Amino acid sequence: MITGQFHHAIQINEAKCVGCIHCMQVCPTEAIRIRKGKAMIIKERCIDCGQCMRACPAKAFYIKQNDLKMLQDYKYRIALFPAVMIGQFPDIIAEEQIYQAMMGLGFTHLMEVEQPIKILIDLTREYLHENLVAKPCISAFCPAVVRLIQIKYPSLVDNIIPVKAPHELAAHFILQTLMNQGVKKEEIGIFYITPCAAKIAAVKSPVGDQPSLVDGVISMSDFYNKVRQAIQKEENSDTLYQRQHLTREGILWSTSRGESSRFGNRAIAIDGIHSVVKFLDRLENDEVKGFDFLEMRACDQSCAGGILLTGNRFTTTERLEQRSKNYPSWQEKELSPGLNKKDLTQCLLIDEVKPHNVFRLDDDISKAMEKLSKAQKIICFLPGIDCGACGAPNCQALAEDMVQGSAKMSDCVFLQQRWQNEGKIGAEKAFINLEKRWGEGRFNVDCNKRGRRNEGF
Amino acid sequence: MIALRFIIVGGDFDRAGTASSETKKILKQLNIDPKVVKRTVVALYEGEVNIAAHAFRGVVNISVSDHQIQAILEDEGPGIDDISRAMLEGFSTASPKVREMGFGAGMGLPNMKKNADELLVESIPGEGTTVKMIFEF
Repeated sequence: MITGQFHHAIQINEAKCVGCIHCMQVCPTEAIRIRKGKAMIIKERCIDCGQCMRACPAKAFYIKQNDLKMLQDYKYRIALFPAVMIGQFPDIIAEEQIYQAMMGLGFTHLMEVEQPIKILIDLTREYLHENLVAKPCISAFCPAVVRLIQIKYPSLVDNIIPVKAPHELAAHFILQTLMNQGVKKEEIGIFYITPCAAKIAAVKSPVGDQPSLVDGVISMSDFYNKVRQAIQKEENSDTLYQRQHLTREGILWSTSRGESSRFGNRAIAIDGIHSVVKFLDRLENDEVKGFDFLEMRACDQSCAGGILLTGNRFTTTERLEQRSKNYPSWQEKELSPGLNKKDLTQCLLIDEVKPHNVFRLDDDISKAMEKLSKAQKIICFLPGIDCGACGAPNCQALAEDMVQGSAKMSDCVFLQQRWQNEGKIGAEKAFINLEKRWGEGRFNVDCNKRGRRNEGF
Repeated sequence: MIALRFIIVGGDFDRAGTASSETKKILKQLNIDPKVVKRTVVALYEGEVNIAAHAFRGVVNISVSDHQIQAILEDEGPGIDDISRAMLEGFSTASPKVREMGFGAGMGLPNMKKNADELLVESIPGEGTTVKMIFEF
């Protein structure tokens, strides 16, 4: 059932990591442990949702991205970006100024991802109409949610609509447009400006078997800074032709209810990864019935709350709402003549979304049962306060780590205290055990530690 | 063999679902086929809701062996007068109050039968009901 390795965009800078437990406690898949005083990610569990990055007080998380220098390799350089990029700028900076500044960074074409949204709407409607088996259908829009379902809710993979993310559609769309004009494919470089880490992972290892059409991925937060610096006071060129396909619905697509308001008689929109987890739990029990379509996004306020956005998520959403009023509805838009809708639709389909249960204790059921029984016995000895001082997010996770051989009883500070009290272990030994988990020098007096400069609430 | 035990309080819809959710986590850790996991938790959830909706209190006992999951739901409650009627889709004796909460559509037992490989219902009117389900894998 396990096929290939997931690519991961989120990385930890060990030099910056101060070895606190904030990231570990917010991770929805219990993918983080602290070892030798540094956070580490269990790769197969990570869904690149970015909760850890948000929670980190030391800014120790970063994402792997491509360099803008890569642009030089191509004659035609396309910036592919979601509409939230525009939404995060303050009102005083006009859309035209933003487009100009982006062109100034070395791109020949700018392509808002949601321009050809009509194709996605039509395709999804058709799918919803035909699929009567796995209801409710779950949107594949958010790559973090798709991975979450693959690893934690394997029985729900059939509910995922097997359609690629909008950036692949947009990439195919611009490729087809340029190639129709006689441009060679190898001359075209497509760069996706990403609002989050999950989209990077989705470009580097897409769901389904075909490789992504995107050549490079650039972090929106870095890109925003560059664009902000390049903003000119005057509007001296007209870039309107670059967004001739943009629609009202397209602009709002990546905001909350952007999809659910288009599909099904009964549709729900859920944002925030922890809300998504709770809902999927209920869905798997069949506790929620009667819905046709579920829009689920890992970030609060959907992509407007993307981890790599600079602007405030609420003002970003509001700007997009205002902006959308200036554009026509998708129903009023027709595809440019010469574009092959059938071909564009075909490229969006994925064969299947495969489950990938990473929470199994063992492939062999009798061994898994042995481990589970052992973990249940270990739990009896643990304090049950989920303090995280062992380097695991909670007592249950510590017990599971122990049966997998990656943690020891002595990692629990409460157990160690008890053993000292019972005279089973010396104070010095207990101290060394803790230093092993939290790093040497962890117990030294240090006035630069977090909290010293009133960094709490 | 893994054994789990849950207590269910009649009328407590808020907590109905605990047994199925906890069982689900364990079945996933045991790497049991997702389709079997799904059938088990769906049937178990229906059983839990039935106890919450009709009985005073109940106990759910789950045991997992290397080839099957067995769930026994025992409750103290009004019991079922006519089990064969209760097995019919749409037949319900749920109170209007329970129906207002979105339960009691008369799909509980039929849905359990659909999802379990074996279903055995025994009941003594005025005393209680025992439901035994087996899921093979």
